[in-house]
Amino acid sequence: MKNSAKEKRYQFFINIILILMTLVIILPFVLVFISSVTDENTLIRNGYSFFPEKLSLYAYQYIIKQGEKILRAYGITIFVTVVGTILNISLSALMAYPLTIKTLPHRRALTFFVFFTMLFNGGLVPTYLMYVNYLHIKNTIFALLLPNLLLSANNVLMIRSYFITSIPDALFEAAKIDGAGHMKIFTSVVLPLGKPILVTMGLFSGLAYWNDWTNGLYYLSGNQGQKLFGIQNLLNQMITDIQYLASGKVVGNIGAEVAKLPTTSIRMAIAFIAMLPLFIVYPFLQKYFSEGITLGAVKG
Amino acid sequence: MKKKSRLSVYKQHWPLYLMMLPGLLYLLINNYIPMGGIVIAFKKLNFAKGIFASPWCGLDNFKFLFQSKDAWIITRNTLLYNVAFIAVNMIVGIAVAILICEVRNNKMKKLYQSAILLPFLMSMVILSYIVYALLSSENGLINNTILSALGKEPVQWYQQPKYWPFILVFANCWKGVGYGCLIYIASIIGIDPSYYEAASLDGATKWQQITKITLPSLVPTIITLLLLNIGRIFYSDFGLFYQVPMNSGVLFPTTNVIDTYVYRALIERGNISMSSAAGVYQSIVGFAIVMLSNWVVRKVDKEQALF
Repeated sequence: MKNSAKEKRYQFFINIILILMTLVIILPFVLVFISSVTDENTLIRNGYSFFPEKLSLYAYQYIIKQGEKILRAYGITIFVTVVGTILNISLSALMAYPLTIKTLPHRRALTFFVFFTMLFNGGLVPTYLMYVNYLHIKNTIFALLLPNLLLSANNVLMIRSYFITSIPDALFEAAKIDGAGHMKIFTSVVLPLGKPILVTMGLFSGLAYWNDWTNGLYYLSGNQGQKLFGIQNLLNQMITDIQYLASGKVVGNIGAEVAKLPTTSIRMAIAFIAMLPLFIVYPFLQKYFSEGITLGAVKG
Repeated sequence: MKKKSRLSVYKQHWPLYLMMLPGLLYLLINNYIPMGGIVIAFKKLNFAKGIFASPWCGLDNFKFLFQSKDAWIITRNTLLYNVAFIAVNMIVGIAVAILICEVRNNKMKKLYQSAILLPFLMSMVILSYIVYALLSSENGLINNTILSALGKEPVQWYQQPKYWPFILVFANCWKGVGYGCLIYIASIIGIDPSYYEAASLDGATKWQQITKITLPSLVPTIITLLLLNIGRIFYSDFGLFYQVPMNSGVLFPTTNVIDTYVYRALIERGNISMSSAAGVYQSIVGFAIVMLSNWVVRKVDKEQALF
């Protein structure tokens, strides 16, 4: 307390640094939003800017009125996120619980079977060839759901250790004495008490599905594939098209090609609506995100 | 007698195996079958015959790969970028964590903590849009607003490989630093406050408290994160290197890494022998590095070891 003037100056100083840091983080998002409500001609003339000369809601009107492709992509992303997350969390919980039962024969071998996938993988080529040539998921909705995202060993093992450390053994014993089988114990003891970890892990799985664009890049192509594009793949494709036009490799009428592309403000509006759900849920779920991250650091 | 009792143990546990079945099947398909698929790298693949009937070609694919100059470039880029990412994110992460923990105003503290994790939630596609809005040569913010205000010539960012090491390190830090930062904050909160009380009674300055108490207490966390990251040093974020530089060919000397090479060889050039050789090179060296770094963790602190 004696150095309160000095302490005040110190607090002022660190807050200034952190406010600058916060601006560096937030301003790029603001730029995306402002560009999405900037008049297209202003954008072409002056470039992206925080203080555009003229504003316009054209991009959002366009998306609402004629953006069937965009709304469809949005719908696909929502569908894949919901279905993928539910499957991921169900499979993970079903897998984690048996690995906590000490009397289960081959428990160690099974745990290793899960764990080893974190250490070694076959890489893209065999995975790609298997999914495309043998399982034929190319240009189907399974391409967005199955590869890599459906189950991760890391999630299973984190859920398992939560079950072991946070659910008291006495509860299992009590359930067993009551004559409950494994299924019954799983649904009436493990699931309700394991809810915090299941929510946290589900959140990370949902985030991975929402943000995924690599599966679409690998396994969706051509007209048929484009119909299944989620919002991230749509964004990716638009920017690829622009690069392609800029590369000068286009044959024929460039003007006609350019006219087919969504304008800059529409692209930025799509990017903004792709981020929007994350901005909306983040304040409510931040606690779970932070817990999930610090939990992960404790054990791989 | 013994056989019967074992049978009854299985009988007792069969619902558990049933519960695990879908997950085990998925790992078998998604992870274990592709592991077997590394044999492709040692074959001269012929789709008419199928993967198993294709003739073996020994190490030919690897010979071709390592004779090309790409092998050196992608290995160098993957390793150097990872080293830079680890160092920059660690230093910035620790510095920001310490600053945030020093803040007295709880509302501001919460705000900073929320802000720093926000970019972590965004996809690489979004990051590439943001970078493009800043760097696009025709209408990017940097060329149009900042450089023109300074009276400088616009820069063709997507044509100049020399800028990309800085752009990618910065972009990666912007997106990923929050992750480590939260972990450091959690460890700083865990430090016994009586150390600080004693130190300030003895007249220690803030700086002394940071270097003598905070940093030494963070060492176990730093080592754990460092070794986890070193275990992944042969892998890189495909999106960061493919999407953010817009797959621009001119930039390959400074943006091509093993992951992007494997993808381009497979999908864009259809060259399965080269891409599978590079993929197996990554899997095997990556595996060796994970094992090695875990071995080191076990030596340092058994509790923190992965296995």
